[in-house]
Amino acid sequence: MKLFGYKPTATAWLGLAIITIFIVIAVFADVIAPYSESESVGQTWDDPSWDFLLGTDNIGRDMLSRLIYGARMTIGVALVTTILSFLIGTTAGFLAAVGGTVIDQILSRIVDVMLSIPLLIFALIILSVFGSSIVTLVLTLAVLDSTRVFRLARAVATNLVVMEYVEAAKLRGEGLWWIMRREILPNALPPMISEFGLRFCFNFLFVASLSFLGLGIQPPYADWGGMVRDNGKAISFGLPAPLWPALAIAMMTVGVNLVVDWILSINSRPSGASAEM
Amino acid sequence: MLKTIAVRIVLGIITLWAVSILIFAATEILPGDVASAILGQGATPETLAVFRHELGLDRPAYVRYLEWFFNALHGDLGIAMTNKRVIVDVITPRFMNTLFLAGYAALIAVPTSVVLGIIAAINEGKFIDRFVNIVSLMTISVPEFFIAYVLILYFAVQFEIFPSLSTVFPEMGFIEKIYTTALPAFTLTMLVMAHMLRMTRTSVLSIMSQPYIEMAFLKGLTRSQVIVRHALPNAAAPIISVIALNLAYLIVGVVVIEVVFVYPGVGQFMVDGVTKRDLPVVQACGLIFAGAFVGLNTIADVLAIMVNPRLRHPR
Repeated sequence: MKLFGYKPTATAWLGLAIITIFIVIAVFADVIAPYSESESVGQTWDDPSWDFLLGTDNIGRDMLSRLIYGARMTIGVALVTTILSFLIGTTAGFLAAVGGTVIDQILSRIVDVMLSIPLLIFALIILSVFGSSIVTLVLTLAVLDSTRVFRLARAVATNLVVMEYVEAAKLRGEGLWWIMRREILPNALPPMISEFGLRFCFNFLFVASLSFLGLGIQPPYADWGGMVRDNGKAISFGLPAPLWPALAIAMMTVGVNLVVDWILSINSRPSGASAEM
Repeated sequence: MLKTIAVRIVLGIITLWAVSILIFAATEILPGDVASAILGQGATPETLAVFRHELGLDRPAYVRYLEWFFNALHGDLGIAMTNKRVIVDVITPRFMNTLFLAGYAALIAVPTSVVLGIIAAINEGKFIDRFVNIVSLMTISVPEFFIAYVLILYFAVQFEIFPSLSTVFPEMGFIEKIYTTALPAFTLTMLVMAHMLRMTRTSVLSIMSQPYIEMAFLKGLTRSQVIVRHALPNAAAPIISVIALNLAYLIVGVVVIEVVFVYPGVGQFMVDGVTKRDLPVVQACGLIFAGAFVGLNTIADVLAIMVNPRLRHPR
């Protein structure tokens, strides 16, 4: 079986399977989850049983149902953040490459300074001012993450700007926006796609970490990072409660990484070589 | 060489200054008003005015920035809003704790990862190389608290070797401190090791294709002799800069780990400050973290210049 003309490796299939399952779970959470997101149905940290397959959490909610609903929130927030970050980052990066030295210098220096503060620290500073509603969370992370996207987009685009076809478009009198969209973007797409996977992983872990610190997605919404935080104390009684959501986070990032590795190996392969695979 | 290094250090100082502006701007001048953001929608205009005056927000931003910046240069980071304590007094012992934890982790992580990286390079493609590779890939992709909780579950709860909470006191002896902070240090070690290890392996392997390495093989040296004597010295530059970069990440990775293990460091202090929306505390912690980050990055660059002959004598 082929995907976009390439045959995925075994590990890529594993990654694709994990991602597909998690996304199906996230989309159909209402149908799949045996209990609701916020209803207390048992005792604190009940053992796994036929009623509660993974046991219950710190206030007696069904762990499995929380995990299922949590998929929606955690993956959703990370995905929206990454898409937004790519919109901002690629636009600014292409603009810096195409728009001339002045724009390039201004944007690059701003990004340089922003990159010299660790992301987590920067995010904490901004969240302390605005508080963490989901909208501010997504916006903050997207803007901060876009600095990383900017770097790649600019680097890729500066290599493309010197091509003859871009020159031709400029001589034809095409506008900046047109050149960015029709000449640069299609040619910059392959490296950007694998970067998208990596940035998604990063943002996903980042949202989870912030929620774990109590500064990300806020209750009553279930999210994996927050669930680890809520159930953290169970570990000192030898109960595995916080490990389930943490494991879910780990599986998702490993899954995406496996697929990204496969995409990277396609890109680095000389064209046509894939026929023998 | 001295000139290149001096330029790099000056650049570091300028960066730090720019960072201080950014931190200040992020907390004070961003769209929206800090006072109303903190007090919420229900605040009356009078309380807002009083609160603004208390924060000094009724003065122009640049005046407040200069005041904050010069005070910070003199070691005065202001007073915490929530409990009115002098921030420097609270933060200094915590900073020492954070440095202790980060240094502890670095002391384990750096030698282990370099040695493992070299072993992986010597046995390229064999079982041990693949094993090290897979394990390091996994530690990169799992969240830090996952590693932390797994370690707690096994080493603190099941076998009861180490304590699960790392509360340290100033009176504690050195050995006792090492013992109490073992688990957070191990977690941090695993977090930063993967990257350093892989970089060591790749830098060594990338040099293996050079002609002088082939020469060494043709002389009849064994693979491990070639790697240790011929490849490693030339791979040192990238390895050293990756190590310094990872130490910078270590400083940040500390935040989550400190919260998991309830370790009294700057990271936990900052998270507390953010939860309570105590802006001076957040600014101070942010400045310290950013300072450490920029500082280590500068050191990384300076070391890279000193180690690499081509950079040492720029044309």
